[in-house]
Amino acid sequence: MLTLHCPYCGVHADETELASGGEAHLKRFGPGASDEEFEGYLFMRENPKGVHFERWRHAYGCGKWFLAARCTNTLEVFGTYPAQTTEPPQHVRDAISAKRPGWKWREFS
Amino acid sequence: MSTRLAKGGRLVNRGRKVQFSFNGKNLSGFEGDTLASALLANDQMMVGRSFKYHRPRGVVAAGAEEPNGLVNLGEGNQLEPNQRVTTTELFDGLSCTSQNHWPSLEFDIGAVNTYLSRFLPAGFYYKMFMYPRAFWKHVYEPFIRQSAGLGRAPDAHARDQDTYEYFHIHADVLVIGGGVAGLQAALTAGRAGLRVVLMEQTAAWGGRAVVDGGTIAGKPAQDFVDAAISELQGMPNVHLRLRCMGAGVYDHGYVLGYERVNDHAPKQAGPRHRLWKVRTAQVISATGAIERPLSFAGNDIPGVMLAGAVRDYVVNFGVSIGDRTVVVTNNDDAYRTAIVLKEQGLSVPAIIDARASGGGALADQARALGIRVENGRAIAKVKGGRRVTGVAICAQAGEGAVLEEIACDAVAMSGGWSPVVHLWSHCGGKLVWDAPKAMFRPNPDAPPTGADGQGFVICAGAANGAFDLAEVMRDAAQAGAQAARAAGASNASDAAPEADSVVEAPLEPVWLMPQGANIKLRMKSWLDFQNDVKVADVQLAAREGFESVEHAKRYTTLGMATDQGKLSNINGLAILSDALGQPIPQTGTTTFRPPYTPISMGAIAGEARGKIFQPIRRTPMHAWHEAQGAYFEPVGQWRRPYCYPRSGETHGQAVSREIRQVRNSVGMLDASTLGKLVVKGPDAGRFLDMMYTNMMSNLAVGKCRYGLMCSENGFLMDDGVVARIDEDTWLCHTTTGGADRIHAHMEDWLQCEWWDWNVYVTNVTEQLAQIAVVGPNARKVLEKLGGMDVSKEALPFMQWADGQLDGIAVRIYRISFSGELSYEIAVDAGQGQALWDKLQAAGAEFGVMPYGTEALHVLRAEKGFIMIGDETDGTVIPQDLNLHWAISKKKTDFLGKRAQERSHMADPNRWRLVGLETLDGSVLPDGAYAVADGHNANGQRNMQGRVTSTYYSPTLDRGIAMGLVLHGPERMGEVIDFPGTDGKVYKARIVDPVFFDKDGEKQNV
Repeated sequence: MLTLHCPYCGVHADETELASGGEAHLKRFGPGASDEEFEGYLFMRENPKGVHFERWRHAYGCGKWFLAARCTNTLEVFGTYPAQTTEPPQHVRDAISAKRPGWKWREFS
Repeated sequence: MSTRLAKGGRLVNRGRKVQFSFNGKNLSGFEGDTLASALLANDQMMVGRSFKYHRPRGVVAAGAEEPNGLVNLGEGNQLEPNQRVTTTELFDGLSCTSQNHWPSLEFDIGAVNTYLSRFLPAGFYYKMFMYPRAFWKHVYEPFIRQSAGLGRAPDAHARDQDTYEYFHIHADVLVIGGGVAGLQAALTAGRAGLRVVLMEQTAAWGGRAVVDGGTIAGKPAQDFVDAAISELQGMPNVHLRLRCMGAGVYDHGYVLGYERVNDHAPKQAGPRHRLWKVRTAQVISATGAIERPLSFAGNDIPGVMLAGAVRDYVVNFGVSIGDRTVVVTNNDDAYRTAIVLKEQGLSVPAIIDARASGGGALADQARALGIRVENGRAIAKVKGGRRVTGVAICAQAGEGAVLEEIACDAVAMSGGWSPVVHLWSHCGGKLVWDAPKAMFRPNPDAPPTGADGQGFVICAGAANGAFDLAEVMRDAAQAGAQAARAAGASNASDAAPEADSVVEAPLEPVWLMPQGANIKLRMKSWLDFQNDVKVADVQLAAREGFESVEHAKRYTTLGMATDQGKLSNINGLAILSDALGQPIPQTGTTTFRPPYTPISMGAIAGEARGKIFQPIRRTPMHAWHEAQGAYFEPVGQWRRPYCYPRSGETHGQAVSREIRQVRNSVGMLDASTLGKLVVKGPDAGRFLDMMYTNMMSNLAVGKCRYGLMCSENGFLMDDGVVARIDEDTWLCHTTTGGADRIHAHMEDWLQCEWWDWNVYVTNVTEQLAQIAVVGPNARKVLEKLGGMDVSKEALPFMQWADGQLDGIAVRIYRISFSGELSYEIAVDAGQGQALWDKLQAAGAEFGVMPYGTEALHVLRAEKGFIMIGDETDGTVIPQDLNLHWAISKKKTDFLGKRAQERSHMADPNRWRLVGLETLDGSVLPDGAYAVADGHNANGQRNMQGRVTSTYYSPTLDRGIAMGLVLHGPERMGEVIDFPGTDGKVYKARIVDPVFFDKDGEKQNV
């Protein structure tokens, strides 16, 4: 059972307080997008053994969505940060690099 | 025979007798006894029959690892099967029965299996029951069901009378195990000022050291234990718990503890079990070690026991297993048993030491006491049936040629000790093979890791592979200090008290006795007592290709069921490794999974049972519905009246009556459960244009519009009426079940996609009661109350208005889900019942009556209105339901728009909504499929549609239905077949889904 730090209310939340929301940093494609773009947005997901970025909602707490960088293999959490960003912030990427040198996830490293 | 000694027993109070019964026989023991020690004190050596061969079995251990001593405990509502006698504390009135025998423990028919054992090898069930195929259902399965299982399940109507609860706690250091290692670790962490919790699964502190002797800080181990407990009890930051087992270690420092609060005193008030949910920075696993049996022929005969257990029964309970005990060992520790027995004045005819070089200091001590010690010897076989009568001795190096027989009534065996690494392993801690001690122990370089990537479990003492008392104390102090530092205390000291150190001769791994035992002996050499797995079975599994230890486990059942291989694991995989010709670490262990020993379902459920299993949501008028005798149905967590049956009425009759009343006069519906979301802000209109398929931004203030909501996949997920309240405020109605889901959906898009838009969403569902007044006389009822103009001119269809009804502030929406003149009146929740009462009184002259959800469904179906969850199932798009009119063509974007452009969504062959009428007026079966000509690749009839809603319509006095049909709207008038599960074929005509008042004249008056 994971614990994640909610970057909004500051609570170190138990997994039972949280709702998971799948992969983070998806770029939305709407009308006008090609079939490939739309397929990628709707269906294609990373499935790494290692560094991953996910959406979580503090559903039974402050209700805010936030993003988490963690290791799917060891469950180590590298950092959590507000959802209002399109890419992992530098300090989170640095934290990952310190623990997992040479990591790569989608276009980020 | 086993008996109570004249004196001794550090845990029993000889001053207080305790009465209990076993298989109906009344027996007595002492306060402090376990059920096992009390049974043994009464010479009840045989406690059960084995699973497969029904062989007589006796107690073999003294703790949680006991595989044989399983009983049905209690009766009726209190019956619990598979309770271990070694961990059941004796109490007055305890009643238990032995398991897995028929007709009686002494005479058992199934025991014939033991003579058939040649024909019941490993994998027997898999091989035997394959063919002929038809035999499975009629012959094999009934037979297996009757003879399977160990304990008896409680009666189906029995209900657990006990209570259970959870306990949540946060700690810095959680120490599991209250032996001297656990106590020392707790002292070290406690002295550093940290929040410490110490759990011990038994009823007494001290573990093995107090039985095995030795001194700590120059005093007997018991003195150290007493002083440690007294010091820990004086620390406000330390919490001590007896009878509390560390059941499982999970991610990020989450640990479950299982406290058996009053199993030992069932009459005591309070919960029976308590499940501790602990979050801790560090876990210290001081869980000790478990002794291994030796594999020799007849090692399962009652009277053969682990050497450590024999010692436990003498020292802790003053119980001897027999007058003459032969000790058989491959290590020095078992000599302690011989010495204890001798000191008690009992006879030890011989110590059979498999090591050619023999033992160390303890062996010298045994010899000095006059005990005969035989080195390089083994037991060829144990003599006896229901209890031991003697042993045949042979050379360990040979094949089992008998050199001598020794008469005895007990055998104390020791194959060495295995650290209890379960808790270490639960969450990913790795093991390392320690060849000199022939055991797996925790690999300190590969601990389970927590959220920060650092290890959070440390093993201490015997659990860490430290068996020498001095080493145990040093290891425990170090573990305590290491955990304390990791948890943030900088002042932790590693200082450990000095303790005795005994120089022991090294153990010699002995996996089979004698090493060259022939097949006859191997077929009687048990590895797993509980599951009847022998050396020969594991060897057979290896020959048949089950090379993975996980496969071999499942094929042979080695290490399955309640004991999960606590005794058998290492011996079994050593045999497997030998058969495969590979070293033991290459074979590895099976996976250790929580819980450590079985925990009760009651503890897992806690207080969540019966009425509070799930919270029930009630509308402000719920009590009124109950008083009317409403029949409720669950809708999400709500309970809604399905109908209000009057005396003598069936539910069907009640529903028809309610519908006729609505169509002919006026009815009232409690619509409070409908979701109500307020969406507010400068960008609210723009936001709702993205949420709904139709345009909401251009809705005029004061007006209402029916809207559809799709997921980004394009599928219809919810619907409801949206009202524009003011320039930047909208109120969105959702389905009853959708309120929370749709609220979360909106929040998701607002927070994660359009976070720069200025919009707030609030769920006000429970702030408002909502009452629908429906029917041709609805207006008259409202006008009787007075206070606002509800005329067609002042409040036309699809508009809303604020005002007062007889002094109560209301908001009235003129919307209709029935096709009738309808007012949905929203009022503060606290005023809901008052308004309901006024409306009831005003409607009396029109015969007003409440109607339930079933009437609501039929009313909407008569009008061809769709219902989310009936006409939709997560694969249906609005276009399938002919709702094109509600999909904006002007908007450049909304959720689902791009998805609905995909080729499959635009496919003209998608099934579409139509009405269905049976030719004979009967009601179509719900969910029935319409068949088409031909068969598919699986030989099944082709399908061309299915029923989504079907009802008896009292308005039309015939069955009506809606369904999705291939090219449906283009096939009006065509008759298609719906085969029912009753064998009949229902013929139905495709018709317009609007069955009643096609032009909508009734609602628009």
